[in-house]
Amino acid sequence: MSLSVPHAVAVWRRNASMYRRIWMLNILPNFFEPVLYLLSIGIGVGAYISQMGGTSYAAFLAPGLVCVAAMNGASFEVTYNIFVRLNFEKQYDAMLTTPIQPDDVLFGEVLWAVTRSAIYGICFFIVITLFGLARLPAALLVLPVIPLTGLLFAAIGLAFSLRIQTIDLYSFYFTLFLTPLFLFSDVFFPLKERLAGGWLWVAEALPLLHPVRLARAGFAGRIDLNALWDVTYIVVVSLLLLVWARGAVRARLIS
Amino acid sequence: MIVEARSVVKRFGERLAVDGIDLDVAPGVCFGLLGPNGAGKTTTLRMVYGVSRPTAGSIRVFGIDIARDPRAVRARLGVTLQENVLIEALSPVENLRVFGRYHLLREPALSRRIDALVDFLELRSHAAVPVQRLSGGFKRRLAIAMSLMNEPELLVLDEPTTGLDPAVRLALWARVRDLRANGTTVLLTTHYMDEAQRLCDRVAIVANGRIIAEGAPAELISATLAPETVEIDCEPGEESALFDGTPPARHRLRSGRRLMLYVDDAARLVERLHQRDPTNRRALVVRPTNLEDVFLRLAGTSLEGA
Repeated sequence: MSLSVPHAVAVWRRNASMYRRIWMLNILPNFFEPVLYLLSIGIGVGAYISQMGGTSYAAFLAPGLVCVAAMNGASFEVTYNIFVRLNFEKQYDAMLTTPIQPDDVLFGEVLWAVTRSAIYGICFFIVITLFGLARLPAALLVLPVIPLTGLLFAAIGLAFSLRIQTIDLYSFYFTLFLTPLFLFSDVFFPLKERLAGGWLWVAEALPLLHPVRLARAGFAGRIDLNALWDVTYIVVVSLLLLVWARGAVRARLIS
Repeated sequence: MIVEARSVVKRFGERLAVDGIDLDVAPGVCFGLLGPNGAGKTTTLRMVYGVSRPTAGSIRVFGIDIARDPRAVRARLGVTLQENVLIEALSPVENLRVFGRYHLLREPALSRRIDALVDFLELRSHAAVPVQRLSGGFKRRLAIAMSLMNEPELLVLDEPTTGLDPAVRLALWARVRDLRANGTTVLLTTHYMDEAQRLCDRVAIVANGRIIAEGAPAELISATLAPETVEIDCEPGEESALFDGTPPARHRLRSGRRLMLYVDDAARLVERLHQRDPTNRRALVVRPTNLEDVFLRLAGTSLEGA
């Protein structure tokens, strides 16, 4: 292992200093997206639903949307942004003329993606708290789920970015991967209640489902054995993908 | 030796990019790799700072095996890549700040170093303007400033002045001379013979992944050709009539209609040729022999690859 944390932090700070200049432009659209869903589906559609899992529909929606915000924050970073830095701007080639090594680049980028997911997730958490949809302090249990969601989607997006040759393929990633996850991962309705018995495993395979279930359990203040399985899923999938990404990053940066 | 490369080979699949190069760069020297595009110069540099691994052979920089400890080597050298890698949305000072952190520089040393580099490469006038609005020459100066962030003992420059206008080139050459005067070792690649000749103490001429000649520019010229060159238009069939009775040249090279004669003293030859072509229809030129001629003689093609 050739990781130097100070050098990885230097990579992280590069992104942070870029983000500081554009955060207003950047955060507003991504931040408003779940807010709009909350207003339209949660409060609009929710008016026709008397209750859901013992709460109002808007309150049912809120924890899942925190995860969606975190997923979006990490995903934008490890898709278009990384692809441009890697293939067009050649930023990593410049980093590798200094003592920075490929492992530092990978660690710094993942750390930054997790940071961005945390910025989005926490902002959204503040919004739902202001809407009165989070019961404090129990709902604070959702906070650790935000960086975990970021880690998982940083790892998935990074692996995708390292596989593809052309930037156009991200439309597939967003439309045919992230959007279905968003629609079917227990955010809007409990998927398992709509699946025939033989298909339950499909739900367990969906990556977003695990953070959403954790977040909902956190909101309700009910942590059980399921939570252990969800955390294990997130950590193991993330680590497997990152181990693969480590080799891929080296191969891309060192010839 | 600052750089010591032994029998270095680099193969990309079927293609042999570097074919057994030996390199010795002594401290305080400006060393140039001169050759056309695709000769293997950039690949050689990339192996020196450790982002490309030799297929065979070994490279030591500052006496350290680059394959074993690239971090330790890269902490002590700076690299200006062929293409500027800058953050376009940030200003020169902010770019330097980001790059300084890659070397783990901290305040107040970081700001002091940035200030010194802004002065040294004359970046003050646009130090706070986003890089995307700067000229090509300014961006190049900034890229070089970034590679000097860690006060490197070895500065690696890949095609430092390609595509720049003459005034900017002269200014950059002056800066490289300043650095060398302060003891920095410089390793550069170029396909400009004038750059190699004016800047480098030693030059290795590279063609097809091999070093075909090495030495001080003047040494290379006198050993391969002769100090003076007489150029004249002349068809192959006219040679015998035109040069009958003239003092013999040490070497002759032809490039289309243009014939180059390499001599120790051009005066007598020029006098004779003048008598035979008083109106100078043949566009006679007398000039010092340069490394382009050496390359033409050794590789059989021009540096531009024509």
